[in-house]
Amino acid sequence: MGRFHRHDDGTEHDHDTELGEHTHDHSHVAGRDVGDMTGYVTGTERVQVLEAIFDENDRVAAANRADFAEHGVRVVNLMSSPGAGKTTLLRETLVRLQGRSRVGIIEGDIETSIDADRLEGLGASVALVNTGNGFGGECHLDAPMVRSALGRVPLAELDVLFIENVGNLVCPAEFDVGEHARAMVYSPTEGEEKPLKYPVMFRTADVVVVNKIDLLPYLDVDMDLFRRNLASVNPDAHVLMVSSKTGEGVDAWLDWVAGA
Amino acid sequence: MHELSLCRSIGQIVRRHAEDRRVTVVHLQVGQLRQVVPDTLVYCWGLVNEGTTCEGSVLDVDHVPAVIECRDCGATTRLVEMSMACGACGSTAVAVTAGEELLVTSIELQGV
Ligand SMILES: Nc1nc2c(ncn2[C@@H]2O[C@H](COP(=O)(O)OP(=O)(O)OP(=O)(O)O)[C@@H](O)[C@H]2O)c(=O)[nH]1
Ligand SMILES: [Mg+2]
Ligand SMILES: [Zn+2]
Ligand SMILES: [Zn+2]
Ligand SMILES: [Zn+2]
Ligand SMILES: [Zn+2]
Repeated sequence: MGRFHRHDDGTEHDHDTELGEHTHDHSHVAGRDVGDMTGYVTGTERVQVLEAIFDENDRVAAANRADFAEHGVRVVNLMSSPGAGKTTLLRETLVRLQGRSRVGIIEGDIETSIDADRLEGLGASVALVNTGNGFGGECHLDAPMVRSALGRVPLAELDVLFIENVGNLVCPAEFDVGEHARAMVYSPTEGEEKPLKYPVMFRTADVVVVNKIDLLPYLDVDMDLFRRNLASVNPDAHVLMVSSKTGEGVDAWLDWVAGA
Repeated sequence: MHELSLCRSIGQIVRRHAEDRRVTVVHLQVGQLRQVVPDTLVYCWGLVNEGTTCEGSVLDVDHVPAVIECRDCGATTRLVEMSMACGACGSTAVAVTAGEELLVTSIELQGV
């Protein structure tokens, strides 16, 4: 969505050339509540804006993406509901990539450093972003938050960067942070209907990692139904069956990351 | 809950256009595929505007239905539920053509 802007008097211009500042002269005609110019003093005036609300986020996301490209780093945004297994999967990933690939992690967490601490000591550089600031915590990462962490990961030395988003099936899907691919971790304990209840999140995923498959024998979950529900909202999604506990399927996940 | 950050962005956009004038109404377009809770948005709008030129202004939300277009048969389908399949031929080779809007379309300013 561009920053094209039209005034009621018919003049048009593009705000990109104004460096974000609204420096031009406003000379609009009076708006709909006034029939003649004598009413101008008390009437309201309508000004066309036509600006996308995510413009600012998306500009920063583009800057992030350009930095990633400059340093040749592949970036995966990892999303899920709380507790589906993002951090456990990342731990298993780091264990296997140690000495093979140079990995960075941006860990989004509302208040604590618990997850970041769990990923220490495995050869990756880990930068924590606490999203709880002031006015209640944000339950997602946005592009400026990721940008604020980039100074703390050595991009020039990395092959791949994982961004562990805040556990939440709603808002993280709305924010482009500059990633190349989106991976969703889903736990079968969440039930078959999750893709229908959170279609925007499931639609946005390039790959859905069905984690905790070691638990399948103990659950009544119908994985065929899950796959049908997923396909109805996201026909193109890849599905990987993984247990971050036993290690089953983790290699297929690494292959996906390598090609992401 | 990202309505708070949405409202902060809306406020920035609006004030950049309003300059120092008082804002009475903000018109938005919100697509059906955007996960925005209207009541929460309105509540947050009140919160972030205290003491600004937007204080007391009304958010007027224009909801845009989601539409997909089929790459196989060309038909367009208005989505009633989130099922990414063509209503005419059933193909899943579809593209979303409407429903992802999230923008400030216009603002109303008090006369000077
Ligand atoms: N049985 C089993 N348990 C798992 C598996 N993966 C993760 N868990 C467990 O699930 C719980 C949550 O895992 P985390 O990795 O912390 O989940 P998360 O998605 O990072 O959670 P948040 O960051 O809080 O959203 C932990 O107790 C893990 O040990 C798995 O494959 N199998
Ligand atoms: Mg975690
Ligand atoms: Zn949020
Ligand atoms: Zn939200
Ligand atoms: Zn203008
Ligand atoms: Zn069709």
